[in-house]
Amino acid sequence: MSVTEDKAALIVRKPAAAGVETPFMRFRSDFTDSWVATAALAVLCLIILIAVFAPLIAPQNPYDLGQVDIMESRQPPGSRSFQGYIFLLGSDGAGRDLFSAILYGLRISLSVGAMSGVIALAIGSTVGLAAAYLGGRTEAFIMRVVDIQLSFPAILIALMLLAVFGKGVDKIMIALVTVQWAYYARTVRSSALVERSKEYVEAANCLGLSHKRILFRHILPNCLAPLIVVGTVQTAHAIALEATLSFLGVGLPQTEPSLGLLISNGFEYMLSGRYWISFFPGIALLVTIVSINLVGDQLRDVLNPRLQR
Amino acid sequence: MTAFAIRRLMQSAIVVLVMSVIVFFGVNIVGDPVDMLINPEADQEDIEIAIRALGLDKPIGEQYLFFLKNAFSGNLGKSFIFGEPALQLILQRMPATMELALAALFMAIVLGIPLGLYAGLRPHSPFSRITMATSILGFSLPTFWVGLMMIMVFAVMLGWLPSTGRGDEATFLGVTSSLFTMNGLSHMVMPALNLALLKISLVIRLTRAGTREAVLQDYIKFARAKGLRQSRIIFVHLLKNILIPVITVLGLEFGGLIAFSVVTETIFAWPGMGKLLIDSIQQLDRPVIVAYLIIIVLIFVVLNLIVDIMYSVLDPRVRLGDRKA
Amino acid sequence: MSRFRIVLAVAVAAMVAFSTGAFAKSIKIGLASEPTSIDPHFHNLSPNNALARHIFDRLVHTDSNQKLVPGLAESWKAVDDTTWEFKLRKGVKWHDGSPFTADDVVFTFGRAVSVPNSPSGFGTYIKGKTAVKVDDFTVHIKTAKPYPLMPNDISTFSIVSKKYGATAKTEDYNSGKAAIGTGPFKFKEYVPGDRFVFVRNEDYWGKKPEWDTVTLKPIKSPPSRVAAMLAGDVDMIAQVPTIDIERLKKEPKLSLSQGVSNRVIYLHLDHQRDNSPFVKAKDGGDIKNPLKDVRVRRAISKAINRDAIVDRVMEGIAIKAGQLLPEGFFGVSPNLKPVAYDPEGAKKLLAEAGVPDGFKLTIHGPNDRYINDAKIVEAIAQMLTRIGIKTEVVTMPRSVYFKRASRGGPDKTPEFSFILVGWGAGSGEASSPLKSLIHTYDKSRGFGASNRGRYSNSQVDKLIEDALATVDDAKRQDLLAKATEIAIGDVAIIPLHYQVNTWATRKGLKYRARTDEATVAMDVVSE
Repeated sequence: MSVTEDKAALIVRKPAAAGVETPFMRFRSDFTDSWVATAALAVLCLIILIAVFAPLIAPQNPYDLGQVDIMESRQPPGSRSFQGYIFLLGSDGAGRDLFSAILYGLRISLSVGAMSGVIALAIGSTVGLAAAYLGGRTEAFIMRVVDIQLSFPAILIALMLLAVFGKGVDKIMIALVTVQWAYYARTVRSSALVERSKEYVEAANCLGLSHKRILFRHILPNCLAPLIVVGTVQTAHAIALEATLSFLGVGLPQTEPSLGLLISNGFEYMLSGRYWISFFPGIALLVTIVSINLVGDQLRDVLNPRLQR
Repeated sequence: MTAFAIRRLMQSAIVVLVMSVIVFFGVNIVGDPVDMLINPEADQEDIEIAIRALGLDKPIGEQYLFFLKNAFSGNLGKSFIFGEPALQLILQRMPATMELALAALFMAIVLGIPLGLYAGLRPHSPFSRITMATSILGFSLPTFWVGLMMIMVFAVMLGWLPSTGRGDEATFLGVTSSLFTMNGLSHMVMPALNLALLKISLVIRLTRAGTREAVLQDYIKFARAKGLRQSRIIFVHLLKNILIPVITVLGLEFGGLIAFSVVTETIFAWPGMGKLLIDSIQQLDRPVIVAYLIIIVLIFVVLNLIVDIMYSVLDPRVRLGDRKA
Repeated sequence: MSRFRIVLAVAVAAMVAFSTGAFAKSIKIGLASEPTSIDPHFHNLSPNNALARHIFDRLVHTDSNQKLVPGLAESWKAVDDTTWEFKLRKGVKWHDGSPFTADDVVFTFGRAVSVPNSPSGFGTYIKGKTAVKVDDFTVHIKTAKPYPLMPNDISTFSIVSKKYGATAKTEDYNSGKAAIGTGPFKFKEYVPGDRFVFVRNEDYWGKKPEWDTVTLKPIKSPPSRVAAMLAGDVDMIAQVPTIDIERLKKEPKLSLSQGVSNRVIYLHLDHQRDNSPFVKAKDGGDIKNPLKDVRVRRAISKAINRDAIVDRVMEGIAIKAGQLLPEGFFGVSPNLKPVAYDPEGAKKLLAEAGVPDGFKLTIHGPNDRYINDAKIVEAIAQMLTRIGIKTEVVTMPRSVYFKRASRGGPDKTPEFSFILVGWGAGSGEASSPLKSLIHTYDKSRGFGASNRGRYSNSQVDKLIEDALATVDDAKRQDLLAKATEIAIGDVAIIPLHYQVNTWATRKGLKYRARTDEATVAMDVVSE
């Protein structure tokens, strides 16, 4: 390993171009530093747009049972449907147009993944910070709740929710949040523990700043790096977990499949030679998650106060 | 530190108790095991006999107290499905899961940390970029999908590895495990890798993130200025500092590996605890679910304790015990 | 000299080849579900019962079509209205060498209903029957009332040895200590969750199986099971998913064995409540339960395209159904044919019934119980939506489903309005589904235990009860067929199809597909 290359990383940021630089402009120029991340952001935006406007793009409403016909199930890509449009990516086992189903599925998967990720992150990091900062009984209590949570299998939570409330997007989100917040709490606490004993926190304490301010303005930003790592991984994981729950039969309603459900349906077909039923949803999921993560990676590097380049 | 450990273990007792209450009543909400277990030809009278045989005719509160009473004498109840003590069923299957989890953890560390270090030290090299991009694949595809793909490619198409199941066992230093035979190892490669994929990605990313931050910090700069060897800087100063988040996460993940390798074990027909858990949940075998989760919560508590103690060893800034704001 | 040596060498080689061929015949079978115990009386469950067949015998055996054939009893007959006589086979030995006698049979009658902690015993088949030893090889079984199904009931449970069984607990069977049977295989090894290993019983009284060693491995995940077969890690698998059959047919290394099962997949509708919770008017308001009108039920049956379900969902691996059991089983009616697909006729019937625009309906079904269950439910919802009955689909794992379907409503009544269920006739004749699904729900007399639609017709009840008390086979057959015809005419249930089971074996082997869906090594033969 040559030292010179590492030194390159050590050099403080190149002086910006002449003129006044707003924080946003700096952020933008930092972000677009990497063309991979820029491309990923473009793809992600495109995916989000497609998901939002799915009903306008899709030839079929795959959630309307009146439009889905079992007689058209398992058609290979390129076949013509009864209604006249082409099954671009083929049709699935129930006769849904896979292209339409993927568009609609993206909508659900993205919103489930993002919503549950954000909620879990908010709850988890608040609780984790509180535990690290307050210490004592509060910390003991919170961390023991985390212990219980971490030892509780997602499928059992999902099964209990299903039995009591029935199936639905909101129930899956509750299940995902319940499973995931503990991960965030644990991560934030461990970083915050280290931060708490640093001089700048002591200094802030001496200055008489409020707890809230110290926590959220000083400690939290310094815990961001591992949090974003866990965050991007967990958001992707949330989507995959939703697929797994569907695979185990406790996921979303089967007539309104998410991307995860499409994949777990396709799973059955993997050995059967009807590759498209599992392949295309898999690719869609892959592209989505890869772009989320590439964007997340770059965001982390750019936003991290300790990585001032 | 001893006081700390003792206090923590006492808290754990409460945790276990709370857990048992949640699971006991939770499973009861889901459904009735008798509907899973009874032969369909049975008439109403037979159903009632079965309900009595399983002790399900009493009110749920009373059932719980009965369970609690037995639990204090070490009896966690008999499985509805197998008719054998729940604890024994779980312990029987534990070695298979443990060896799988250890193999996966080993893979995660051996592959994840060096790759992550490299990617962190040279973030712009093509190899680092490829590593990072590939690591995303590790957690973007559902485990069951990757697992079956592996079986398809390596067992069915190439015929290199056995498709499913656990291999021959051998005893070494008093431990019996399939880790000690070639046949056993060949059976283990795919499930362990399947289980490890997500962890490898996680370790790579955490290590890389930590490394990138650490190289910018003063102590590294200072070490460099002092003229320390590159290898010493990396392996002594840097590694020690970035290991904390890695250890936290791995500690937890190891618990997860032991507890919830459910999908991997199902796909690879691995005779471990995870498969037992999913079968028990699907058939509402309450004694096994309760006993299982109690064991798991204990494992997590102990792992957390170890993780916390390792913090203080690795990072003198973290003091255990009387921390009060 | 050298020629002699060559001949000798060839002869030796041939002998070696022959002997390894003859002595190393073992078979590994991938099962779809895991038997939970080796104790044959612990849990009355299909995988356990199939497992028990290897080690234990029953007095009466069933062949692959569930026809009764002699087992440990060489013959049986009703000696009077309430007594059946079973003549036992002489010279049969337990695996430890001790002789089998009537004492073992009498002992079994006591044990099979009193295994501690048993989640589902054999009481269903044994209660009300008393076994009396007449001599060492004759047993009389007495009942209070005439009981024609005696040999069927007797064919369901294994006979265990009194010597070992008297003190044995379920654990002792699992450890192999008490797993001493008279069956074609002896217990060798049980690794929970992983495998069961049996070796051939060289002293078996009946036809000895081909295999020296049998290994049963549960591989629950269907694609993994298929992959294990494709990789050659097992010699046979049970329950090949319908999805993969087309592809497996093309595999030169494999062959498939198929057979219709005794299981009918059907829809149950709410016949009882005036306000059924999952039937609503189109605008979401309450509506008088239209399912109580036979014309609406007929319309639903006509709206279902059974050919499409068989062809598109089941990939051709099922037989469309018009009654409770497939042709060839005892008690089926020769007059009933599957209802033809007729959406126009269905709409007309709906109009006649006063709901020309249809209504809203929720169909509930399991998603991990029957072959392609969730997909069938979805296909039906599509079909009903097309005739104006706007149908919503809710599927759930059986752990949640069956409790709610049987008694999730108020006062432990069935919760749902319209459900998909299946019924396998364990006895292999029509009284089994009639008694449990069609007869009026009557807790005290044990009728209609699975009548989740609460269909009730006193005429049908009478026919069923008469049949159950008629020893004369021909008369009983008529009564059962008549009861079926009336119930199907009333659309008590809507039959969809009979399941067909598929086993895959490596080339050169063949499985005698069993209607009871059991997978047993004795029925695997070389071609």
